[in-house]
Amino acid sequence: MTELVLGAVAYDAKVVPIWDGFKAYFAARGLPFDYVLYTTYERQVEAHLRGHVDVAWNSPLAWLETEHAAAAGRRAEAIAMRDTDRDLTSVVLARADGPIATPADLAGRRLGVGARDSPQATLIPLDALAAAGVAPEVVLHDVLVGKHGDHVGGERDAVRALLAGTVDAACVLDANRLAFAREGLLPPGATRVVLQTEPYDHCNFTVLDDAPPAVTRLRELLLAMSYDDPEVRPLLDLEGLTRWLPGRTSGYRALARAVTASGWLAAWAAGRAAR
Amino acid sequence: MSATAPAELELVDLGLDEGGHLLVERGLRLGGGELLVRGGAATVAIDLPAWCRARGHACAPAAGGWHVRAGQIDRWRGAERAGEVAAPSAHAPARWGLAARGALVEAGAPTLDLPLADRRTMWADEAARLYAQAVAAQWDPATAIPWDAPADHPAEGEDAVVQLMTYLIENETAALLVPARFLGRVHPHFREVMQLLAVQIADEARHVEVFTRRACLRRDALGLSTAGGQASLATLFDEPDFAIASFLLSVLGEGSFLALLGFVRDHAPDRCTAALARLAAQDEARHVAFGLAHLRRHVDEEPALRGRLAAAIERRHAALAHTAGLNREVFDALVLLAAGGWAPADLRRGHAAVVELVRTMDEGRRQRLVRLGFAPDDAARLSALHTRNFM
Ligand SMILES: [Fe+2]
Ligand SMILES: [Fe+2]
Repeated sequence: MTELVLGAVAYDAKVVPIWDGFKAYFAARGLPFDYVLYTTYERQVEAHLRGHVDVAWNSPLAWLETEHAAAAGRRAEAIAMRDTDRDLTSVVLARADGPIATPADLAGRRLGVGARDSPQATLIPLDALAAAGVAPEVVLHDVLVGKHGDHVGGERDAVRALLAGTVDAACVLDANRLAFAREGLLPPGATRVVLQTEPYDHCNFTVLDDAPPAVTRLRELLLAMSYDDPEVRPLLDLEGLTRWLPGRTSGYRALARAVTASGWLAAWAAGRAAR
Repeated sequence: MSATAPAELELVDLGLDEGGHLLVERGLRLGGGELLVRGGAATVAIDLPAWCRARGHACAPAAGGWHVRAGQIDRWRGAERAGEVAAPSAHAPARWGLAARGALVEAGAPTLDLPLADRRTMWADEAARLYAQAVAAQWDPATAIPWDAPADHPAEGEDAVVQLMTYLIENETAALLVPARFLGRVHPHFREVMQLLAVQIADEARHVEVFTRRACLRRDALGLSTAGGQASLATLFDEPDFAIASFLLSVLGEGSFLALLGFVRDHAPDRCTAALARLAAQDEARHVAFGLAHLRRHVDEEPALRGRLAAAIERRHAALAHTAGLNREVFDALVLLAAGGWAPADLRRGHAAVVELVRTMDEGRRQRLVRLGFAPDDAARLSALHTRNFM
């Protein structure tokens, strides 16, 4: 029997136990399953388009890249996503004791962002600032480019730079503001929120129209997983969700606007065509 | 949504990044999973939805605040109590792992390989009392022993003490390592046994220390370690069954050592040696008491164990039949200690004292065997088969 093959990006060592766990879980329920790890989302998208994997665990940017490439006669579908990946926002933080209180105050200032391909810590907040008519000097914190900001290190570095005074503001995911407070990195009251982006969605399981029928079974098994099940719970905890939801693509508008306006998507497509 | 208005929580200026989440969790618990949250902290509008999202709670703006609905997830479904805190269960499953006895254990916790998981194999109701007693009776070698006490015994008497200490260190090392090897296999559900073994091991560490220090008090080199003595200890070391190891080590070996240490205390040439023998004997009495207590309980529950214990003595005797047992140097050192001099009358008295010591040891072993339910005849026969190394 052929295995259903999933592509995932190795942004952290925990990716291996996560997918090993899912592999065993699916196998026990009659779905032969295996996974291939890629070092970057771009390689994964390319492999998916070439049919090397049947389903891809995609960042929102990888989803848009896949959708963009598939637009020429194919169809991409987001079949499932984490409950915790819906309606995220990003925030631009400034020091509470500093002069920056509104987006306009950022004109000519240094803005710390995450990795250049991070939707949450770079692409979406920069687009929101551009929409507000502000173009600060951007200071990248390029941790693991190609992983689309999955590695939280870029955001942490941006916040450190903010606290150290080497940047005037920093972009982070809303939940990471709380996470950094819990870590003790961000003292309560030390920062103020200058801007909050519109809500957006994050990762999804992406399939193309030539995916094998087994992806239907994969989706069923995912949606049936319960946090109450002790076998499943450690996997969901590792992957950071409480339940799988059907995929939806309405949450990618903000990012689509950002990567269209900034020319990111066009540049990616051109680079692909040149290879 | 419920028909009645949800409970309300006013966070005032407390942020979610400074502990406010505790009030939200409590409010959800008390409010049946629904809560209207209000707050004035600068970032509450950002933090509350983000926090709810990560917890699987729904969060929507509502009049003057946010309407929070608890997610339908329950980490504690299928959780199980690891027995009762007051007393252990008959069997501790591996899935209880390292959880405190009586704790509520989340389903899916990792299982641990802890083979000593049956109450019968090691439990004694006296364990908690013996543990408390042991903790209260810990002594500090630095202050409890008069290391500087004057000694005027001759050089050959000191040689005898050093040989004896050398022998004792070797035996104390076995008495430390044998329970230590089992300690790592005891299911911690049997907390009092785990604690008692731990403090017993600490006792033996102290015994190794003080006997070493005494040996080196006036000498640079230690005495002799014989192949026969080590062969005897090796049979203890290799015993994989807790009941048998405890029987051979604690009931028979440490039981014999009670008499031996009493002998050293009574015949020591200096106050220092007498003090450390007395203090070590106090500790050994507890080790013997625990061995007897759990084995008595065990043979009550499983009378067939008695046959296995008897067979173990016979097996060990056969294994050691070709060895010398107690080394001649130790025997002679004991005679010299009790003689206190080289005059024939002294030696005669010393020799008689050691013969009496061996008889006392045998008497003690027989009494303990009888307490484990052996018939007096069997007890006498089995005691006679005990190793000539004493331990
Ligand atoms: Fe000892
Ligand atoms: Fe002992």
